[in-house]
Amino acid sequence: MSPDSQATDAPLLEVKDLQIEFKTEGGVFRAVDGVSFSLKRGATLGVVGESGCGKSVTSLGIMGLIPTPPGRYAGGEVLFEGRNLLTMSARERRALRGGRMGMIFQEPMTSLNPVYTIGDQIIESLRAHGERNRKAARDRAIELLDLVRLPSPSKRVDDFPHQLSGGQRQRVMIALALANDPELLIADEPTTALDVTIQAQILDLMRDLSDRTGAAIMLITHDLGVVAETCDEVVVMYAGKVVERASARDLFEAPMHPYTLGLMAAVPRLDEKGSRLETIPGSVPPPWAMPKGCRFASRCPLATQQCRMEQPPLRQIGDDRLVACWRAPIEEIAA
Amino acid sequence: MKPLVLEVESLTKHFPLGGGMFRKVKNVVQAVSDVSFTVAAGETLAIVGESGCGKSTTGRAIMRLLEPTAGSVKLDGEEITEMSPGKLQAARRNMQMVFQDPFGSLNPRMTVRETLMEPILLHGVASGERAQKWVTDLLKTVGLSEHHADRYPHEFSGGQRQRICIARALSTRPRLIVCDEPVSALDVSVQAQIVNLLQDLQQKLGLAYVFISHDLSVVRHIADRVAVMYLGRIVEQAPAEQLFADPRHPYTRALISAAPRPVPGLRTAVEAAEGDAPSALNPPSGCAFHPRCPLATAECSQARPELRQVGDGGALVACHHADEPAPVVLETAPPASATLSARLGVLAAARAAAAETAKA
Repeated sequence: MSPDSQATDAPLLEVKDLQIEFKTEGGVFRAVDGVSFSLKRGATLGVVGESGCGKSVTSLGIMGLIPTPPGRYAGGEVLFEGRNLLTMSARERRALRGGRMGMIFQEPMTSLNPVYTIGDQIIESLRAHGERNRKAARDRAIELLDLVRLPSPSKRVDDFPHQLSGGQRQRVMIALALANDPELLIADEPTTALDVTIQAQILDLMRDLSDRTGAAIMLITHDLGVVAETCDEVVVMYAGKVVERASARDLFEAPMHPYTLGLMAAVPRLDEKGSRLETIPGSVPPPWAMPKGCRFASRCPLATQQCRMEQPPLRQIGDDRLVACWRAPIEEIAA
Repeated sequence: MKPLVLEVESLTKHFPLGGGMFRKVKNVVQAVSDVSFTVAAGETLAIVGESGCGKSTTGRAIMRLLEPTAGSVKLDGEEITEMSPGKLQAARRNMQMVFQDPFGSLNPRMTVRETLMEPILLHGVASGERAQKWVTDLLKTVGLSEHHADRYPHEFSGGQRQRICIARALSTRPRLIVCDEPVSALDVSVQAQIVNLLQDLQQKLGLAYVFISHDLSVVRHIADRVAVMYLGRIVEQAPAEQLFADPRHPYTRALISAAPRPVPGLRTAVEAAEGDAPSALNPPSGCAFHPRCPLATAECSQARPELRQVGDGGALVACHHADEPAPVVLETAPPASATLSARLGVLAAARAAAAETAKA
């Protein structure tokens, strides 16, 4: 997106074979199983999938926010500008978080501290990352609130979170995430709790800010519409694994994985009445009963013996498509 | 013309704030004001709007789960609002509700059988053997099987729980079901299953639905007519086809153009609403939408526009500027690519083949 995004080809963020496990009463299960992707500077990457697919755990894992125990990093690397976040000290990681990596959560109601003014919360973040002067920090806080288009920022800076509406709180969360000019912004369902007209405002704002500041965005969402409107690249997850990776344009024009195809066909359309909605029969296998082979096999009409026995690797098809399906591209299967 | 199942006229629900035994009522939240609509048998009326617009309150006031402040609600011609508690309970047999949260709306200590049995016995729908049989039938109707009957809600997924809620609503053979955001908590693939189920049931049983939702694409898919609410009032009511093709109220246009669509490069926001929705405690003067409206004039801030007929397509619109030409809101999406259609075709064929083998 930003003009200098081509300047350096090295990805800003590289996730390699990330594996995260949780220990529960029912045993150990792997919420994220071998997830890999990379994100270029200034680009917007969407991570889509349905509940329980591991998209939020992936984003928390990247930030090093998985509580251990019960969680455990079982393998893989998360490289931020080439440095592995998983092996660096807690102190080093803390310096990155809120500094060069910002995060926006789904619930603007619960992720702000109710007993501090929004200004104090932004100032705290600025001072934790090296701002010495309190006055300068306050001015910067007002500037940030103005940047996220909160009305009358110099007055609202002294408001408490409960005095703001949901959309305004999410603006404050974005201001907080942007406080230290991050190069990477991780947004976990940033608009899910918001009304549709407010969602449009927030998405507009995020697009605009990433254009202006050149920050790369990793957007976690379940909403294909949001992905289509904001993302350059998309990763589709299912049951803890990446099943497909493509540019947004390619993905929507010609999805390859039967799961992605099913998702697209299940979304009702706004511009035509359409006939019956397509459904994906069945449901996601529970984490304690993950099948040996492809995890989508039980719901896939094209599943073969191979699909049930062997996990399909994420493989390249054509120039730049990645899909984890033994049978792709499926139009070659003659009926 | 099919018989009208539900007639709502000038329904109003205000919540007093403050007050108490010896204190004066300080303020009133005008949650729903002067809402009127009808629903015929086999018809779906959708109520759309954003949080706080009064759509859920409307649903609850129809069922008299909330006592309406004023107005009339008739179910099959019978006035609901003045019924005695005993008669009301009997009338509830004909109107049931499905709620948004399938996790919170089932009693965790009751098995599915007990959950379904309760309304059947309470309303005397059936008893003994026949009631047991009816439970089995209901489970089959909503796509579950008999062996699910003795399980507890926690053993089911969200979609299955919503099926149980629908079975419970059907158990009394109602004429009307008020669905309050029935698919909002579900994943998209499961959402499609439930939407299809609701449509099948309607066709089979001739049910009337009041479908409350914030999701315009689901509404577009399921509704025959749509009422758009803003701050407690209906601002536009029209047949679904027409509402989406030619929305006359600026708020409807803002809603439609704000909905994200799964087509990259298609930006539709032509008339984005600015700012936040005002509070129902203190609604703006005149038209409640005027502070956010791109068309607002002096008249809008003084006089509240009445809901009136606009055009000849049966649209009712509450806007002073409803007759003015409006920008086209929905850019038509390009048709699905050949590759996408081909692949969906392969999947559909494989599924049909699998269904054949399963039958044989």
